[in-house]
Amino acid sequence: MAAELLRESFEIQGRNFDKAGEISSEIKVILRDLGIDAANLRRVVIVAYEGEMNVVMYADRGTLTLILTDEDVNLEIKDEGPGIPDIELALQPGYSTASDEMREMGFGFGMGLPNMKKNSDEFWIESEVGKGTSVFAKIRLNSNV
Amino acid sequence: MKLQEIKDLLRCEVLAGEDDLHIDVQEVVASDGMSEILAFAKSKELMITGLTNIQSIRTADIAGVSAVVYCRGKRPDKKVIEFAKQKRIPVLVTDMVMFDICGILYNKGLKGVS
Repeated sequence: MAAELLRESFEIQGRNFDKAGEISSEIKVILRDLGIDAANLRRVVIVAYEGEMNVVMYADRGTLTLILTDEDVNLEIKDEGPGIPDIELALQPGYSTASDEMREMGFGFGMGLPNMKKNSDEFWIESEVGKGTSVFAKIRLNSNV
Repeated sequence: MKLQEIKDLLRCEVLAGEDDLHIDVQEVVASDGMSEILAFAKSKELMITGLTNIQSIRTADIAGVSAVVYCRGKRPDKKVIEFAKQKRIPVLVTDMVMFDICGILYNKGLKGVS
């Protein structure tokens, strides 16, 4: 059983594009200061940032929880948003339900969830339409993808 | 290739990082889609984009690129430039379009990431 070293939760404000990404930047600083190597750090912050942007774009609010153990980094991103009717479809590269406004922000090209999955060692989504979505990602610290 | 040479080739104005033009880049990632930058950048690339909002610098920071060139004469606002300075990411702006920028830099030996 991996020993938990750190657990911290951050509130994500939906629709606030000015602040979007601040949490991921903060996580980058926290983990860098703890000595996580650059390649794994990069994977963690990309997953965090794409996840954070998804909440900002689609949900009213959400929470990102960072859990560091001596073996891996875990990210749990839970939102109160519209939910995803077809998770398999949402994971297909290029599939997107983004609005023009989201695309103008440089996101919503159907790459976010695939990017998150690609950078994770374990990745799964739980979602209920009308209630919200939870995304779980695990990045092992001894692996390099 | 040093940022100074890129600045001259692309006739750029430097908006942030005037003292960091000695930085060397070998690869380029070019897109207006931030997820595409995040998917393909490996770190230390030159990032070329026409997206000038705060997310462009946030993405540059998260992806770990060395510098940002804004194309098509699009200029970020002051808040974005200040944010880039805070993150120590050099920012250059050129009137050239992305196609021409990529062609010029490719001709000079820089490669894209894939």
